[in-house]
Amino acid sequence: MTVAQADSPALASLAAGAQFQRKPRTYWSMALQTLRRDVVTVVALGFLLIMAILSLLAPVVSGGIGVGPNDTNPENAFQQPYLGPYIQWRLGQDPITAADMLGKSGGVVHWLGTDQLGRDQFVRILYGGRISLGIAFAAAALTLIFGVSVGTIAGFFGGVVDDAIMWFINTLISIPGIYLLIIVTAIFKPNPVTLTLFLGLLGWFGTARLIRGNVFKVRELDFVLAAHSVGARTIRIMLQHVIPNALPIIIVNAAIDIGVLILVESALSFLGLGVQPPTATWGSMLKRANNFLFLRDPETGAYVALHLLIGPGLLITLTVLALYLIGDGLRDALDPMMKNIR
Amino acid sequence: MSRYVFRRLLQAIPTLLGVSVISFVLVYNSPGDPILTRTFDPSITQETREILRRQLGLDQHWSLQYIGWLTGIALRRGDVVDEFTRSEVKCSFVAGLNTTFCDNGGGILRGNLGTSIATNQAVWDRLVERMPATFELGVSALLVSLLLGVPLGVLSAVYQGSFFDNFVRVMAVIGNALPAFWFGLMLIFIFGVVLGWLPTGGRQTVSLTNEFDWVDRLRHLILPTIILAFGGIAGISRFMRTETLEVVRTDYIRTAKAKGIAASRVWFIHALRNALIPLMTILGPAILGVLTGAVITETIFSWPGMGRMTFSAAVQRDYPTVLGAVMFFALLTILGNLLSDILYGIGDPRVRLS
Repeated sequence: MTVAQADSPALASLAAGAQFQRKPRTYWSMALQTLRRDVVTVVALGFLLIMAILSLLAPVVSGGIGVGPNDTNPENAFQQPYLGPYIQWRLGQDPITAADMLGKSGGVVHWLGTDQLGRDQFVRILYGGRISLGIAFAAAALTLIFGVSVGTIAGFFGGVVDDAIMWFINTLISIPGIYLLIIVTAIFKPNPVTLTLFLGLLGWFGTARLIRGNVFKVRELDFVLAAHSVGARTIRIMLQHVIPNALPIIIVNAAIDIGVLILVESALSFLGLGVQPPTATWGSMLKRANNFLFLRDPETGAYVALHLLIGPGLLITLTVLALYLIGDGLRDALDPMMKNIR
Repeated sequence: MSRYVFRRLLQAIPTLLGVSVISFVLVYNSPGDPILTRTFDPSITQETREILRRQLGLDQHWSLQYIGWLTGIALRRGDVVDEFTRSEVKCSFVAGLNTTFCDNGGGILRGNLGTSIATNQAVWDRLVERMPATFELGVSALLVSLLLGVPLGVLSAVYQGSFFDNFVRVMAVIGNALPAFWFGLMLIFIFGVVLGWLPTGGRQTVSLTNEFDWVDRLRHLILPTIILAFGGIAGISRFMRTETLEVVRTDYIRTAKAKGIAASRVWFIHALRNALIPLMTILGPAILGVLTGAVITETIFSWPGMGRMTFSAAVQRDYPTVLGAVMFFALLTILGNLLSDILYGIGDPRVRLS
């Protein structure tokens, strides 16, 4: 019985007053509130959002600068980042270098310098982010779909179904995952779509085990029994009662999974097995940079490929870090239902 | 206990069979012709290639090829004893089944992983040749991650909430997010190229005499060990922190404190010993982690180990080597998991192994 339904009409009218009306606090609204107070997670989310938007807008940025991701200019290979000289020029400290660089690149501003073929590093990083982030998000969606459905089926039905599924998962888990991926990608040279499929198809085992364990717990709970007793069909119980209960675990797992997938995808690209050149991905840009690690300017003796090494690597690290921090933040925010995952 | 081990080993058999079927089917369905990669010589006629294909059994259905790979026994319709008998292959014709059985003495069931297409060596020999390098790197990485990860985790639990604790936790998250290959390249660049303190790759300095030089070996080991260990340090310190904090909440620690035992003794004798037990469960995943990390680390540092060999075999489409390595890694993983379960049972007698 709420206050508004109380016996006294005076009380009831008081309770109906605006100052006592507030929105109901649901589980999700409380989680959102916790999340909003968590500075680290908000910053990480912001960073990820900026990266995603920049990657999505890569064609616009590239059009603005006036150079495409695969436009080569061999005359202007290994140009150092324009950013530093530009700042010095604006400050009036060094009026020569910036103008000199612009002259060499034909008026195109290479904010982060150029690679061995004179391609613009900044534009390539943005296009690489499209591929790397796109593959990781899509593959994570696939692992979720497979992992959640297989895990729910195994946990819900138990018995022979569970045994068969677990045998299959344990078998595949006993081959170190990176070797499976190396074999598959070395055999079937992948494009972004097939690479996503491979990552998704070979990445759901952990999720499935996690969900299965949770379903085992949930299916013994009273509300599942109640649903059974009022005659709800199995599929309805699974979709309405069991899976929503695992939602917090699924969400946290997804954030961490995307991070892991970015690492795996860039490692494969670094080994030369991911998306094939000239398409830029963060991993394949690092593979290129690796070849020029020892290259020095014959006159000044400076290492000319350092900017190629730092940019993509830093972005991978920061993006994965952001995703892990978001995962941690979500875990704290969604806490009441989960304590010990990963 | 021995019954438990026996049962677990029995359970490993279907798992390994599954691994063999899955990896074989995967490799079998690959585009590209292993005969063409093997006989690159253009003077070899199409006819010779067909004969070679038939001799290797590559013209057969995949299930027959799989049985041949598994048992070393090839089946052929009709009486073809003369065609297939060679010095190392014994054939006999069973008239009742109208089938010739050829035994080449191999098959993974008999511990023979086959012959590498790329080098014509036995796959097992190739693995054995590369094993010491991988074990050297793996063991030193494991040692470093334990020796650093355990104290860091425990100390961060002791000083929970302090600057040190926060620092270790932040470093652990960063350590997890850092791509090993990029971190490796940065270290090579800084310590190998710019400062010139450490070698940029390889297991030892190449010399004519090729004699064993302790210091040289150690210098080559430092950077790859750091790269392979930093993920482990991050993981183990996180794990130890949680475990220690959990143990500290137990009654026996409260009792020990109530008895007035010195804090350091409570932490490092009572708490640490119990917090170490769950660490046993990490052993299996740690072996897996070392094998996984080995591919990347060995590739960056040109380390002559099994990971790099498997990677280049996959690129060269040397399927027998790839399959053999996968079987070996799967066996290692299964044994590692079993070992960590057994150790856990020994460390914590309350855990009944059944």
